Amino acid sequence: MLDSKNMGNHRIAIIDYGLSNLYSISKALGRFTDNVFITDELSGLNSADAVVLPGVGAFEEGMKGLEARGLTEGIKKFAISGRPILGICLGAQLLLSKGYEFGVFDGLDLIKGEVVKFPEAVKEKIPHIGWNEIYPPESGQWNKTIFDFSGKKANMYFIHSYIMKPEKSENILALTSYAGFEFCSAIRQKNIYGCQFHPEKSAEQGLGIIKNFVGLV
Amino acid sequence: MKNIRVIPLLHIKGPNVVKPVQTEALRIVGDPKELAEKYYQDGADEIIYLDIVASLYQRSFDFDLLKSVSRDIFVPFTVGGGIRTIQDIKNALRVGADKVAVNTHAIKNPDFLKEAARVFGSQCVVLFVEAKKIEEGKWEAYTDGGREKTGLDAVEWAKRGVDLGVGEILITSIDRDGTQKGYESELVSAITSWAPISVIAHGGAGDFQTAEDVILRNKADAIALSSSFHYKNFSVKELKERLFSKGIDVRL
Repeated sequence: MLDSKNMGNHRIAIIDYGLSNLYSISKALGRFTDNVFITDELSGLNSADAVVLPGVGAFEEGMKGLEARGLTEGIKKFAISGRPILGICLGAQLLLSKGYEFGVFDGLDLIKGEVVKFPEAVKEKIPHIGWNEIYPPESGQWNKTIFDFSGKKANMYFIHSYIMKPEKSENILALTSYAGFEFCSAIRQKNIYGCQFHPEKSAEQGLGIIKNFVGLV
Repeated sequence: MKNIRVIPLLHIKGPNVVKPVQTEALRIVGDPKELAEKYYQDGADEIIYLDIVASLYQRSFDFDLLKSVSRDIFVPFTVGGGIRTIQDIKNALRVGADKVAVNTHAIKNPDFLKEAARVFGSQCVVLFVEAKKIEEGKWEAYTDGGREKTGLDAVEWAKRGVDLGVGEILITSIDRDGTQKGYESELVSAITSWAPISVIAHGGAGDFQTAEDVILRNKADAIALSSSFHYKNFSVKELKERLFSKGIDVRL
């Protein structure tokens, strides 16, 4: 069932703003639609019906990568237009207002909040690498979102040293506990989604999120 | 809570998965794509893919094979063997790798690790340490699939790698690889006792007990296995269920 590609002819753009595991995300989307393309241009972004903002690396490098390609304002306008956007890992962090990795840097500010290092009090290895459960802050909160797994437990693959702290609790879509420390593992504001974990690397449950995102288009 | 990762490791030679025993006596095990997909379906938390001749013969990596093997794998994929340039890493990431494991080239040029971590982020760079025991409590780092001595102390080299910004350490015991006699516990502890980053133990996994021991006693954050899965001592799923029954958190 996961292989069904009946999602219509709408086009999903993967934004290439430097160095990313682009093949991993494109083949995950490719399980559910043939209309996926990779672009590093504003015209490509503007022609899309939905956008995935992937990304690995540091916050500043990520924003510089968008800036250098003239994509920063374009992504903001895209998100405000109401079309679906999914940020993954660094791509999710960039959706917030500010990042504190190697300095203080402005993000896209599409969702109010900050990106900060795991607190010192966390007595486990950083980067946090591995599989952890995600859960909704309140039961039922995932209904009619791309996280609608029909109530099943969901384990996702994480690899990060920084965490997202949205200003408003209503923007917290998922929580995760690492070594007893609870942090925000996904954010949402209407059409804008961000996952700290990698759904494209989280086996069938992660692909479920990708499938649901494709279904929004 | 932290889940321990269970990671099948594929040694690639030409178009085949092979299994070295203490780096020699290669045996052909099977087709890389078939095995990778089987292990993925069976619940592998990641897959490690090491081309064991690319480094030795200065041969360039077979990116087409990698692309075909990784196509239907939706868990993290770490690729190593013959990674020598930033462009090699870019190419690997373009055909399905999420991380790269670097050994030989990093020993010849340690700043390569720093550069790779700066460009791709620490999370992308795994330091692959191949260690051979030289005396009690001492191991030497080797390169080129365990063939070439370096004169470097393996534990000191791992520390240097952490300082240079790698995100994980994959530690292989050359003496135990392929023997199924158990992980080299002192070696694993010699790294996990100080490492601030994740350590993947490899080399010597045999029965369930060997896996439990390296996790519970030697504090490995992840375990890599090859022979045990290739020769069907148990499946990925059976191992994870067993670990879980012993109170070890794993993704089931």
